[in-house]
Amino acid sequence: MKKYSVFAVAREAMRHHTGWTRAWRDAAPKKRYDAIIIGAGGHGLATAYYLGKNFGITNVAILEKGWLGGGNTGRNTTIIRSNYLQDPSAALYEKSRSLYETMSQDLNYNVMFSPRGVIMLAQTEHEVRGYKRTAHANMLQGVKTEFIGPEKVKELVPIINLAGPRYPVLGGLWQARGGTARHDAVAWGYARACSDMGMDVIQQCNVTGIRSEGGKVVGVSTSKGDIDCDKLGIVVAGHSGHLADMAGFRLPLESVALQALVSEPIKPCMDVVVMANTVHGYMSQSDKGEMVIGGGTDGYNNYTQRGSFHHLEETVRALIETFPMVSRLKMLRHWGGIVDVTGDRSPILSKTPVDGVFINCGWGTGGFKAIPGSGWAMAELMAKGHSPLTDAFGLERFTEGRFIDESVAAGVAH
Amino acid sequence: MLIVSCPNCGITAEETEFHAHGEAHITRHAVGSSDDQMETYLFMRKNPKGVHFERWRHQYGCGKWFHMARCTMTLEVFGTYSAQTYSPPDDLLARIDARRPGWREAT
Ligand SMILES: Cc1cc2nc3c(=O)[nH]c(=O)nc-3n(C[C@H](O)[C@H](O)[C@H](O)COP(=O)(O)OP(=O)(O)OC[C@H]3O[C@@H](n4cnc5c(N)ncnc54)[C@H](O)[C@@H]3O)c2cc1C
Ligand SMILES: [Zn+2]
Repeated sequence: MKKYSVFAVAREAMRHHTGWTRAWRDAAPKKRYDAIIIGAGGHGLATAYYLGKNFGITNVAILEKGWLGGGNTGRNTTIIRSNYLQDPSAALYEKSRSLYETMSQDLNYNVMFSPRGVIMLAQTEHEVRGYKRTAHANMLQGVKTEFIGPEKVKELVPIINLAGPRYPVLGGLWQARGGTARHDAVAWGYARACSDMGMDVIQQCNVTGIRSEGGKVVGVSTSKGDIDCDKLGIVVAGHSGHLADMAGFRLPLESVALQALVSEPIKPCMDVVVMANTVHGYMSQSDKGEMVIGGGTDGYNNYTQRGSFHHLEETVRALIETFPMVSRLKMLRHWGGIVDVTGDRSPILSKTPVDGVFINCGWGTGGFKAIPGSGWAMAELMAKGHSPLTDAFGLERFTEGRFIDESVAAGVAH
Repeated sequence: MLIVSCPNCGITAEETEFHAHGEAHITRHAVGSSDDQMETYLFMRKNPKGVHFERWRHQYGCGKWFHMARCTMTLEVFGTYSAQTYSPPDDLLARIDARRPGWREAT
């Protein structure tokens, strides 16, 4: 792998950019790997990366049925924050946020992490109380957040309308070190680093079956033939139920559509991320100047990557009340992704009833922020059989009634 | 956008008048059941790619509950039926057989 640097850019400029090599190899599957990861989204790639980096396991293949990063990783609105309520979530999401701070250096790939700050608006008395509680919990967890009043909100977001007729802004939960990153770059950066460690990133390889003998995994069947492995990580977000079915177990998940849209590019007008959970909408401005907008999920099971129009309407209506100036913006693109939602709105990082099969799913509407932390923890789980970061997120929590209730922290999609 | 017919009041309208409430025909376990049964009842869902039977409510209409058969891969609505039943009616199943041959093995 050629290292990217300012000197490399200068050198290539001198020779008309003819010397760049491909960021990762296109690989054909081998007969056998120590570990196979299904799904080349951010979580799958980060898992593979840390299997190699932290545990020296590099005989690894990452199998992707479509193209790398083409699932939710390439469809999300890239909000990164760690202001959750429960201790296990705070530990995992804060680990992740802190890994984002050095990701560009670690991967030698510019992921454009921008810790511009995230505000979650409080627009009812309940939200004020709820966010003060979160700020207190975060203080105990060592996650820096603070509850701010409406004047501070206005100072941070000059384009906001505090006196929204139905839901005035009463304050907000502010995490100054939250922000955004370039989603595709996260996937590409990890893929390049994995390939460099000798791992095979295999695209257009659809996993159609999981083979086991005597309760232990022996390999997978794919559109590119059978491949054997000792350990298998299923990291396929909205398709998790389907893969679990192949392995012979069930999951406490439902797959629903979540949509997002972006506007035409405009001059810089908002340099923080604003989320309004009561009215169901959130917005940030990309480096290109587009306003990036998202809202709530659809209410029913869905695998079509298409959502309902009325949910978009609801989101846009909410944002126009909160930011009157966006009412004249034209929207450029709109899309949907299939997110896997659990009963307690927390992810699953777990062993499964099949020996050697591990699952990482249930990130629902908010797993982009968790990519590096989740990969770090999942790699430890796969390599050692357990990880302090994943212990609380096992599948058994649903039988034992030991939920990690984040339905408030994750109430709106982000 | 889904177009739904309420079998209770007979009105056909688009989905904003209705509210989805998840998988139908789930066995309800209560006091005296095992942890596994309780977990299955509360959390485990089929979440199929394809034909899905689900509970809906005519939220902003007659307010009553009913069942619906729908495809999660195409959003096609196969039909709606009464809430007072443990399984989908035969004529609806026959209609789904005709539209999605082999779906029973897939779920
Ligand atoms: C509109 C939208 C907005 C969002 N906004 C945010 C946000 O602002 N902040 C945030 O933190 N999170 C956000 N999220 C959530 C976030 O995108 C996801 O939680 C995260 O990207 C999940 O990553 P993943 O790697 O688990 O899944 P994915 O990126 O979906 O990757 C899974 C991969 O598995 C592959 N796959 C599936 N089945 C198979 C098979 N049989 N064989 C081989 N490969 C298979 C898929 O093709 C896919 O590429 C948003 C999601 C959406 C849809
Ligand atoms: Zn009705």
